[in-house]
Amino acid sequence: MKAAGPDTARRLSAAILIPLVLFAALALLPLAAQFGPKAYILSLGTRLMIFALAAISLDLILGYGGMVSFGHAAFLGIGGYAAGILVDEGRGDLLLALPLAMAASALFAAATGYVSIRTRGVAFIMITLAFAQMAYFFANTLSAYGGSDGLSLLARSGVAGLPLMKNDTAFFYVVLAILALAFGACRLLVASPFGQALEAVRQNPGRMAAMGYDTDRIKLIAYAISGTLCGVAGFLLANQTEFVSPSYMAWQRSGELIAMVVLGGMGTLHGALLGAVAFLALEEILSDLTPHWRLVFGPILILVVLMGRGGLVGLIGRMRR
Amino acid sequence: MTEAPALALDGLTKSFGSLVVSDAVSLSVRPGEIHALIGPNGAGKTTLIHQVSGHLRPDAGRIALAGTDVTAMAPHRRARLGLSRTFQITSVIPAATARQNVVLALRPATAAGLRLWPDPAGDAALAARAGETLALVGLEGRIDIPASDLSHGERRALELAMALAPSPRVLLLDEPMAGTGREESAHLLRTLAALKGRCAMLLVEHDMHAVFSLADRVSVLVGGRIVASGAPDAVRADPAVRAAYLGDEAALC
Repeated sequence: MKAAGPDTARRLSAAILIPLVLFAALALLPLAAQFGPKAYILSLGTRLMIFALAAISLDLILGYGGMVSFGHAAFLGIGGYAAGILVDEGRGDLLLALPLAMAASALFAAATGYVSIRTRGVAFIMITLAFAQMAYFFANTLSAYGGSDGLSLLARSGVAGLPLMKNDTAFFYVVLAILALAFGACRLLVASPFGQALEAVRQNPGRMAAMGYDTDRIKLIAYAISGTLCGVAGFLLANQTEFVSPSYMAWQRSGELIAMVVLGGMGTLHGALLGAVAFLALEEILSDLTPHWRLVFGPILILVVLMGRGGLVGLIGRMRR
Repeated sequence: MTEAPALALDGLTKSFGSLVVSDAVSLSVRPGEIHALIGPNGAGKTTLIHQVSGHLRPDAGRIALAGTDVTAMAPHRRARLGLSRTFQITSVIPAATARQNVVLALRPATAAGLRLWPDPAGDAALAARAGETLALVGLEGRIDIPASDLSHGERRALELAMALAPSPRVLLLDEPMAGTGREESAHLLRTLAALKGRCAMLLVEHDMHAVFSLADRVSVLVGGRIVASGAPDAVRADPAVRAAYLGDEAALC
């Protein structure tokens, strides 16, 4: 629920324009890739989109729900391992494996969320981190599936028996379609009665409870939806790299997801989209220029967060004024 | 009185450490009645309201809402049974407009309560109802202003609109006049007077003029205990009350 001020029209148009430009650019990327290092560009583009999906899922609870999950990478791992294990067991078809990956993520989210959402602030950060670390160490003990070495996928998931994702370009478009679908669904979600209630619970839980809202239930549902969506990203990431390992769930990964959302601008969805793209593109470009790229990358993140209240989206909004 | 009281507190006791903030408090509010709760600062009025709304759990005693025991119920379940409240420190959703705030208040009672996809038709209907309630509290010209941009008095009026919108059975008002300007509190007083009879109200208020012009019954809370309860005139004349509480302010009445 956004405040309807005089600049609502401008903000609305940014909310349409930014994703429109990004999706159009992504849709045309495979065509442009013909003129460059195609495999590299396609692989980078696919990776951007997968992390954009993860960042959007995090924005639902972080930006809209005010829940700073420092363990969101656990869901990347759960989705990734679901893909890896099911492919390993010869049950890797997308139509079966993706719903199972989502179910596993939803289950983990429901169980850990049930405990986590009862805490706030730093306690919530620590408890989500702790659950993700538990998942991380559990993955290390999965000796049947590679243990700490990780698990290679023999092949990518098929779609209804067809090797639709085998081709990198086709896989790119499958990921793009899933991202667009998820983005649209999240837009509807945040505009729904549930989404408005979630935003209001972030701002004033006591008032919402006094009006008849079960605030714990609202937060838990949001957490489960977010985790499920991030599980989809993990499923796609394992398929792209044809490899999954405990490092999917490393806490650094969770931190990167938070950085993407904050960099792009919290609580807007398109900010998370933009943040993920900017974060990974910047990392790619800078690491190409110098081995000490993190020395440059860190200050840039800090500057954007400090100067652009509301992240890149906020910065763009002020530049257009 | 054959009808169950809208709200009944029976032996409500609550202490923080060794400090007893509610000491076997029993009182009732009949349907449509305004029952005022007065008492000096620190008497435990707000703590009592928190217990009734479920934001605090009593150590002992029983709370019944229209005959239903709600003592162990979470706040949101009491709200669903028709209990509404305002807070001493104004409590609204700051980033939402006045209208959106009232829509949020109305929605739990509707079928679309927590729907996961948009409900434009339902939203339009609720927005119209919200507009009517906002007009009732004098905010008809401010419906699209974010709550954070409203004046203090306007926010208090908005909170009252949010509490009233779902047509509650019982309304708990925790110092609705506090911090409002002379004109705003006069307006608030007229609004509450106009609402009298529509729902039962438990009114905590320091403004004695408001209390004695609105209330059907007055209870006096001192040190967590009810020291007097009855018709306003009787309470005003009660020597124990005058000694314990009204002493300095007797001139006001």
